Amino acid sequence: MARVHVSFARAPMQSRHACRMSELIELRPEGLYCAAGDFYIDPWRPVARAVITHGHADHARAGSERYHAARAGIGLLEWRLPGANLCPLDYGESVRMGACQVSLHPAGHVLGSAQVRVECAGEVWVVSGDYKRAPDPTCAAFEPQRCDVFITEATFAMPIYRWPTMVEVIAELDAFWTECQAQGETAVLLCYALGKAQRVLAELYAQCPHRRDEVVLLHGAMETPVDIYRRAGIHMLKSESLIGSGVESTVGRLLIAPPSAAGSPFMRRVKNPKVAFASGWMQVRGVRRRASHDRGFVISDHADWPALIGSIRDSGATRVLATHGRTQALVRYLNEQGIRASALATELGGEDT
Amino acid sequence: MKVFAELYFALGETRALGRKRELLVDYFRVAAPADAAYAVYFLRGGRLRQLYQRQELLDALLEASALPLWLIEDSYAEVGDLAETLTLLAPEADGASGGQNLAQLVEHDLLPLKSMDAAARRRALIALWRRHGRHERLLLNKLITGGLRIGVGDGLLHQALARALEVPLSCIAERLLGEFVPTAAAYLRLAAPADADTTHTPLPFYLASALADADVQATLAALGDWRIEWKLDGIRAQLIRHAGGVRLFSRGEEWLDGRFPEIEAAALALPPGSTLDGEIVALDGRGSVAPFSALQRRIGKRKPGAKLLAEIPVALIAFDLLRGGEMDLREQPLRERVDALRALVEPLGTTSLRMMPGLHAADHAELATRREEARAHGYEGLMLKLLAGPYRSGRVRGEWYKWKLAPRSVDAVLIYAGAGHGKRASLHSDYTLALWSGDKLVPVAKAYSGLSNAELTILDRWIRAHTLERFGPVRVVEPLQVFEIAFEGVNLSKRHKSGVAVRFPRILRWRSDKTARDADQLDTLLAMAR
Ligand SMILES: [Zn+2]
Ligand SMILES: [Zn+2]
Repeated sequence: MARVHVSFARAPMQSRHACRMSELIELRPEGLYCAAGDFYIDPWRPVARAVITHGHADHARAGSERYHAARAGIGLLEWRLPGANLCPLDYGESVRMGACQVSLHPAGHVLGSAQVRVECAGEVWVVSGDYKRAPDPTCAAFEPQRCDVFITEATFAMPIYRWPTMVEVIAELDAFWTECQAQGETAVLLCYALGKAQRVLAELYAQCPHRRDEVVLLHGAMETPVDIYRRAGIHMLKSESLIGSGVESTVGRLLIAPPSAAGSPFMRRVKNPKVAFASGWMQVRGVRRRASHDRGFVISDHADWPALIGSIRDSGATRVLATHGRTQALVRYLNEQGIRASALATELGGEDT
Repeated sequence: MKVFAELYFALGETRALGRKRELLVDYFRVAAPADAAYAVYFLRGGRLRQLYQRQELLDALLEASALPLWLIEDSYAEVGDLAETLTLLAPEADGASGGQNLAQLVEHDLLPLKSMDAAARRRALIALWRRHGRHERLLLNKLITGGLRIGVGDGLLHQALARALEVPLSCIAERLLGEFVPTAAAYLRLAAPADADTTHTPLPFYLASALADADVQATLAALGDWRIEWKLDGIRAQLIRHAGGVRLFSRGEEWLDGRFPEIEAAALALPPGSTLDGEIVALDGRGSVAPFSALQRRIGKRKPGAKLLAEIPVALIAFDLLRGGEMDLREQPLRERVDALRALVEPLGTTSLRMMPGLHAADHAELATRREEARAHGYEGLMLKLLAGPYRSGRVRGEWYKWKLAPRSVDAVLIYAGAGHGKRASLHSDYTLALWSGDKLVPVAKAYSGLSNAELTILDRWIRAHTLERFGPVRVVEPLQVFEIAFEGVNLSKRHKSGVAVRFPRILRWRSDKTARDADQLDTLLAMAR
């Protein structure tokens, strides 16, 4: 992937915000807080004003009075946070919050995912939310933002995590499905219900024209998010619910279910299941084996190591705060590379890999 | 190698014994004997002699990945397996190896590592990493770090071989008792029908190692100790004259009986108990060696008719004698084997079975001249064999070298793209390339990739977006992309619209710096042909 490096001289900024006592964004018991703008980003406790990066459960929690989020992700938030007071923002649209200008920019993670850019007195902070750099037909591509401080996720912050292209992985998945069909089995793909399932359906649609007549079976947890993506105009393979759709036999079909379905009573509905798990963690053979599924596919909606390093470079940030995952190696590596870095202990991360 | 790498990967992904057996059977049904031999060897737990110290591997990785040592160590701790850590941390493949198979990987790339100095070995390893994709790299690193260590027991392997080769299980088990030397001939013995008479089966071929231009001076320091021969462009074959008749075998691939009756007829004059090694070539009207394309017409015919026999006669150019008078001569020095061969072959007085001439070169300069002469004759280069050396088996470096002509290349335009196979089935990776003839593009070669995965992906996208027409899986694309293709040889051919047949074409690189108009003329290629 080509990454554009823009370099420009920056005016010295130290003096202009020297008067502020604390950091522009700081860690509070409720979450990441911007005092100058009086708002939280992805708070894990109810607050008055929350800016939400995307609809995953660790980022979008119920109970706050008001939520600002990217317009493209509003459909998902209406589902995840029923009855919430949602204020949509277009990508790139800048709004004033207290002394700050706040804008959202595509993060390439899931539909409507955003980075939060906060500018105050000439200083710019960007909170990445979850992000990736690989192309994804279901959401707008990550747009690098220049900033002074970059708060980055670090889910897969080890250099062993370097994703194969989706062209390769989808070809493997297609072959797995074909093999199941030949063997009279059901191809079960376990993956996260919001984002990854839809990405897989969209990639199969784009890359496997011979599959366009197939109707993929869905676990109940998948149905609503798939509908929301369809309404957003994302092209995906056709799908139907397994339960209650009168499906006689699952043999030869692809069934997408959340990881929790493995070993649950749900699987009794599935004839001769062959179970594959799609996750970034499937990169390591030992992990694949310990997971003891029939197959593992390396598919992640998070930045791999090259994407993390590349995005940090693209941001031009002189200071990086790492959160959402294992930050230790990244922090040490960046410091050795001359980029001031430290870890930020948030309650983000852990479920959507 | 790709196929075996996929097998190795797939074996590692399943715990079901039935599935493992299926995978093995599928592999052995189609694998070439030379590759299958190594597959058997490695799956039985065979390993290469240690090629690298652990520290050398880490040093190479340190250099290739540009990561700090502590991060490599942390990664190793997380992965828990050295070969896999190397696989995950080495840089992505940047130029595909193309169609290299397992035997070639081991014999061309891995075994010669032992005789290199530390710096060269490290460079070679990094280059190997760069040439191979994910699954191949894992296999490569497993071989380097000491074997596959995979859950395939002897029982399972024997069952799979028995099923794939259609040989009784007891036979396979018996033939695999003791050491298994990974050669095509050994694999063929394994695959031979249960009642096969082993005196009719070929001996393992000795394969020459490639000699780089830079190594000629040092390797051939005492030029007088070496026998110099042409490297002919034909089929390497072993001829066995036994009491009941004659058998011809290609290099580990197949039993050629019946295809070349004039050679078999001529060989009947040899005393039984003789085994000759040589090259089968086609002859032109003057009795000289004809281009490989002529021979190809003969290879395709199991029972050639009188017309084809008259039009394209063939000959075995013999260069070694492995058995004579029922005696195994392989431990004798080459000098004596050649003398014994000459004594057998020259009295025959036939064009169909002849002696390979020895060439003369007074010094290295003259040797280089000889090699250039090979081009004019349509040969592949020179063979250099130590006169005092025995006939070994497999590709053992040291006594037999091939010093090939440098491959030649042209810049050609991509005109058709087809879907690839296996894992690449969803990518367009089969390319038809064309050269200019006036203002028309004439197809001259088909090449199967040679590009890196990244390039393949980009090109695939480009192809989809620039398709003019589709014929089933083949797309006619806008003639805009230029690729440098290398080939081993080029012959005039009536069968091809272009008038030339290109041998072993492969993509060297994507010339994105060139426009289609910069591509070469067909005349350029015609001038190289003969
Ligand atoms: Zn997320
Ligand atoms: Zn998250």
